Amino acid sequence: MRKTSLRLLGGATALATSLSLVACGGGDKASGDFDGEVKVGILHSRSGTMAISENTVAEAELMAIDEINAKGGVKIDGKKLKIVPVEEDGASDWPTFAEKAKKLIDQDQVSVVFGGWTSASRKAMLPVFEAKDHFLFYPIQYEGQECSKNIFYSGAAPNQQAEPAVDWLLKNKGKDFFLVGSDYVYPRTANTIMKEQLKASGGKVVGEDYLPLGNTEVAPIIAKIKQALPNGGVIVNTLNGDSNVAFFKQMKAAGITPANGYSIMSFSIAEEEIAAIGPEYLEGTYAAWNYFQSLDTPASKKFTADFKAKYGDKRVTNDPAEAAYMMVYLWAAAAEKANSVDDNKVREALVGVSFDAPEGKVTVQPNHHVEKLVLIGEVQKDGMFKILENKGFVKPVAWNQYVPETKGYTCDWTQNRPDAGKYKM
Amino acid sequence: MDLLYDTLFNGLAIGSVLVLAALGLAVVFGLMGVINMAHGELMMLGAYTTFVVQNIFKAVLPEALFPVYILVAIPLAFAVSGLVGLLLEKTVIRRLYGRPLETLLATWGVSLILQQFVRSVSSAFAIGLLLAVVGGLLVPRLTPKQWWQQRWTPLLGTGSWIVSGLIGIVVASLLGGQRVLDQPWFSARNIDVTAPVWLRGSIDVGAVNMPAARLFIIALTVVALVAVGWFLQKSVWGMRIRAVTQNRPMSDCLGIPTEKVDALTFLIGSGLAGVAGVAVTLLGSVGPNLGGNYIVDCFMVVVLGGVGKLAGTVLAALGIGVLSYIVGSGSLLLVWPAMPAGLNELITFFATTSMAKVLVFAVIVVFLQIRPAGLFPQKGRMVEA
Repeated sequence: MRKTSLRLLGGATALATSLSLVACGGGDKASGDFDGEVKVGILHSRSGTMAISENTVAEAELMAIDEINAKGGVKIDGKKLKIVPVEEDGASDWPTFAEKAKKLIDQDQVSVVFGGWTSASRKAMLPVFEAKDHFLFYPIQYEGQECSKNIFYSGAAPNQQAEPAVDWLLKNKGKDFFLVGSDYVYPRTANTIMKEQLKASGGKVVGEDYLPLGNTEVAPIIAKIKQALPNGGVIVNTLNGDSNVAFFKQMKAAGITPANGYSIMSFSIAEEEIAAIGPEYLEGTYAAWNYFQSLDTPASKKFTADFKAKYGDKRVTNDPAEAAYMMVYLWAAAAEKANSVDDNKVREALVGVSFDAPEGKVTVQPNHHVEKLVLIGEVQKDGMFKILENKGFVKPVAWNQYVPETKGYTCDWTQNRPDAGKYKM
Repeated sequence: MDLLYDTLFNGLAIGSVLVLAALGLAVVFGLMGVINMAHGELMMLGAYTTFVVQNIFKAVLPEALFPVYILVAIPLAFAVSGLVGLLLEKTVIRRLYGRPLETLLATWGVSLILQQFVRSVSSAFAIGLLLAVVGGLLVPRLTPKQWWQQRWTPLLGTGSWIVSGLIGIVVASLLGGQRVLDQPWFSARNIDVTAPVWLRGSIDVGAVNMPAARLFIIALTVVALVAVGWFLQKSVWGMRIRAVTQNRPMSDCLGIPTEKVDALTFLIGSGLAGVAGVAVTLLGSVGPNLGGNYIVDCFMVVVLGGVGKLAGTVLAALGIGVLSYIVGSGSLLLVWPAMPAGLNELITFFATTSMAKVLVFAVIVVFLQIRPAGLFPQKGRMVEA
């Protein structure tokens, strides 16, 4: 009897497994139109505190890959290669990013990795990519002060987001600044740069504070803001992830709102985060980005329409998604120009490649960054931005010129010199 | 003077969130000695209940009723978290009484399961899960009686769970092909719980600005404390709970149904976590890992207060609240502007939220070195469980 029931059990297991395999694997279409495949890695946090933001970025990358595949894939040597994404979850945990990056490079042998959001995750992956001389495409605005041969940055450098935003605030909103950020490398470095910039342009920092990632108790910060800026002033917010929700909910309750004379500028809040926090808490605050969903150009509208068609009508596009979408196309264009998917050849071909992105025509610069459109927007009731100022396309500067330690340094990977990543101009 | 009131109010505000979050744990950990690592996730379930209630009010009921949704959410959150807690007690914790390390690991596992559950639950998933559970429970009832007296009976029990589990998986993955059923209910994304308008403003009393949400949480905390205090001190079941806490074998001998008492205590503790979950939606974000932000603070409060004493929990939470506010906001600099430069720099150094947290932890560690049993240690003839 025992044997029978065991055998029955085994049969049931096998049946169930095969059924679920059929159910899961049914969507794959015949890939007969292609002559081969090229694997790329996608490495973002699909769980944890950063998932709120990084999901959209991963989805934009997958959409770009699907679009390129639909047009016949990447054409190398007259052969059509299908792009096959290998997805991994960084789980909002920086060492996990490094570990998964290693796995993508060694085990999956991908040609390139698209990934990362927080600078902490990028800093964790950087040694892996440098040691293995591989290539990471990173889509998020960041603090600058870095220029790696092994990373391509499709998000804004500080002079394409933070610096113009501070200039705009100084000109239009006031001279007294309070800086609030999450406690990790991006907010701290961004605020260091901002302090130098304010010193140079006549502004004043009246206070700063840092919250641990994920912390939700902001009463002490609110008290400090009230002490430092009793009658209103400028607040620059570089919080990331969940803390933003707590910050804005409690700020509103304490009366630190645009209506009471506070101008709040956020660097990590785009359309996606507004939807999660609730536009009623953010209405009237500002953001500086290189792309807004409300950007009124045919390319921008098409991007948003395609994204909604693919992922649902309620979804929104934003700057990080646009940068992520664009960098997949830039990689494909560079691979076709190099006529190879080898990461070293792609790297050489990448500089000078351009693409008609949703924000406009972008071109890769010699410092592995992109020339980008700079926009200042104000949050509206419907969660979209009203574009207040369009500063046009700005060339990226990796080493900050306000900070004394890096003043005068530059980065140019087309130069054949050992210190091409950082040398005196 | 204003500064004093300001400090007291804000300390009270931070502290009351801690009291509310830790109250359920004080009941479960303090009275039963169960280290429940899933406490934070029970809070999260309360927060998600609030989200569901909010959406029902938005979608179905007239708009005029929307402002009261949060009041409806409180008892519902208590019920949802309480029932999940009850299920947890019946299936996992009951088997692990008196084995704190195993309880810790098991409840940690449960917390991960609950987190992943809210991330991936979809209609297909829920139907599959329901089938698996119903199958697992029903198969033993439907099979002939004599099968249950055989040598291979244990295999039958496990086998029926495995088979119904597999059926559940198959059904879920088949239904998952349907786009409508495959949509996750909440997904891994954070969800937006909007406070009703009357909880979004603030009231000025003298020079102190009191946000309405904070006042609401303070009031809710007081109500919860009074209710728990009354229940434990005055009601029959409360008396039984205290009796079992003090001397389990003797209570058993005197005819107190200790198993029922355990289940009830756990239900109340879990339900209180659900109520805390409703409160924190007013302050912060709601997502699958909401619980992780609170669990350490909860244990800190209960341990500092002295296990088994509600008064200790309250005092510890308020103490931590006031201390972290004073340090974090740098108020000391305002009280004593002319302090020596060295001290000034030291205080400025700790006057950020993340450093304040470090300092508060350090103070607690030092305090527990001096009084290891917390503020209010248990006295008298306690019998070890």
